[in-house]
Amino acid sequence: MRFSSGKILHAIGLTAVILFTLFPFYWMVSASFKTQADILASPPVWVFAPTLDHYREIFADSKVLGAVGNSLIIATATTALAVLLGAPAAFALARYEFRGKSDLWFWFISNRMTSPIVLALPVYILALQLKMLDTHLVLILIYLTFNLPIVVWICTDQFKSIPPDLEQAARLDGADQFTIFRKIYLPLGAPGIAVSAIFSFIFSWNELLYALVLTRRDVQTAPVVATSFMSGYELPWGKIMATGTVIVLPVTIFALIVSRHMVRGLTMGATK
Amino acid sequence: MTSITPPPQVRPNRGYGRWTPFWFLAPAVFTLFIIGIYPTIFALVTSFRRYNIARPRDGFPFVGLENYTSVLTDGTFWASLFLTGQFYVTVLPIEIALGLVIALLLHKPGMGFLKSLARVTLVVPLATTYAVVGLIGRLIFNRDFGVANWFLDLFGIGALDWLGSQTGAFAAIVIMDIWQWTPFCALIFLAGLSMVPGEIEEAARLETSSKWAMLKHVQLPYLMPGLTALLILRSADVLKLFDMVFVMTRGGPGSATDLVSVYIQRVGFRVFDLGTASAQAILLLIITILISRLYIRVLYKEVN
Repeated sequence: MRFSSGKILHAIGLTAVILFTLFPFYWMVSASFKTQADILASPPVWVFAPTLDHYREIFADSKVLGAVGNSLIIATATTALAVLLGAPAAFALARYEFRGKSDLWFWFISNRMTSPIVLALPVYILALQLKMLDTHLVLILIYLTFNLPIVVWICTDQFKSIPPDLEQAARLDGADQFTIFRKIYLPLGAPGIAVSAIFSFIFSWNELLYALVLTRRDVQTAPVVATSFMSGYELPWGKIMATGTVIVLPVTIFALIVSRHMVRGLTMGATK
Repeated sequence: MTSITPPPQVRPNRGYGRWTPFWFLAPAVFTLFIIGIYPTIFALVTSFRRYNIARPRDGFPFVGLENYTSVLTDGTFWASLFLTGQFYVTVLPIEIALGLVIALLLHKPGMGFLKSLARVTLVVPLATTYAVVGLIGRLIFNRDFGVANWFLDLFGIGALDWLGSQTGAFAAIVIMDIWQWTPFCALIFLAGLSMVPGEIEEAARLETSSKWAMLKHVQLPYLMPGLTALLILRSADVLKLFDMVFVMTRGGPGSATDLVSVYIQRVGFRVFDLGTASAQAILLLIITILISRLYIRVLYKEVN
């Protein structure tokens, strides 16, 4: 008897975990399918006739579409750059010994920890002077401050796990270091590179502070636009929640793909 | 800066020249230098100037330590740091306790399908765009139709004006933070639990039926590195926390949720006093560097 009651408690506990993690997400998605009247109902409506009106509205709204497009361009470009710059650096950190390696490492980690507000202030002034405010480029570059460390970390870890014998053999065949990197490390490290790219995409897609400060009208990203609907007296809740769902859905799918690596990505590998 | 030269006792046949690491590292380091270090230096310089872009006619004269003295004697800056600390000591014990319970539930044998489902759903809060977490918070904690008040009603507690009252707003951002970051704690503890060698766990199960003794004597040592990482990382995260709070409360009502990043953002971009804001940001950076140092000292033994 004790055994089965333990089992029931276990099942209840796990169900509670699932409800806890999914409820706010579910509440957003369900609100995006409710009419405004259903959203504003008190007590809340649990069973309702779903409507696609809010999705129709946002997919006809050039502001939302443009913002999603901006987010896509910026997140993709910054991720590509992060991999392009980060993978070779990771190769060096994984394979070479040199003085200053731990300083370099410290620098990458502190970049992960620094509040974006620290850089947002000077970058705002610099971008203002360089007439770079409200451009894709400024966000693509500034997002590298947190993407590059992530890519470097995950790729270093991955490259370290590649057996050195392969490199020895290639070297005997007269391959230079760049060839070894390109022909051995890049293909064999591809899974790690992909994981780091996904993380980089998620973090860039989700970012709000820099996007809020460094963009005006043309380059607003999806989170900025979603947030901007939050003003006025009667809020368009359905539209806001539909936009929220559209923003969150792609990154949730990505996150599920890399869920096994989530802890590594978020702790910079301090715990395995 | 980092000097990238090989150590003096160079072994002759490493298969690469002394400058090889440099060429692989240079692009990344150079880029981070331009986008990270240079702006930081610029912020440092700005922090010694009077720099209010709402009043460009005043120019941007150097004023020495004036910004720092005004920040350090400014009650609201300290209050926002204190509030950030208060937020940290409120959310973290709850996240750790809940995270540990979840990790133990997921570690316990049996319930295969439900367990994998629960594990997968843990990723959802972590991936949710922080700004959207704020939007969801606005919906859930709405005074008139929010589902939070409906839950309170289930327990016979009257409706609260969550975001309109000081304690309510603080509680609301605490709850949303707990929702988003408890899974992170759970995943870290789960990783720790899975490091306990199976034989040891089995042997301990035969010795004692007490779950508490098991946790304390067998599993706890494996949880410690994760716990340390959490304590440090979450402190840096709380100092960074902006998006969710900004969307939910803008730091208000009054200064009830004015965490340090939200406060500095307002000084910089609402008041446009960039000199003062830069001084605050530099102080924040110094705290962050200390935290990063600690993180590395404690958790990356093999690197140092």
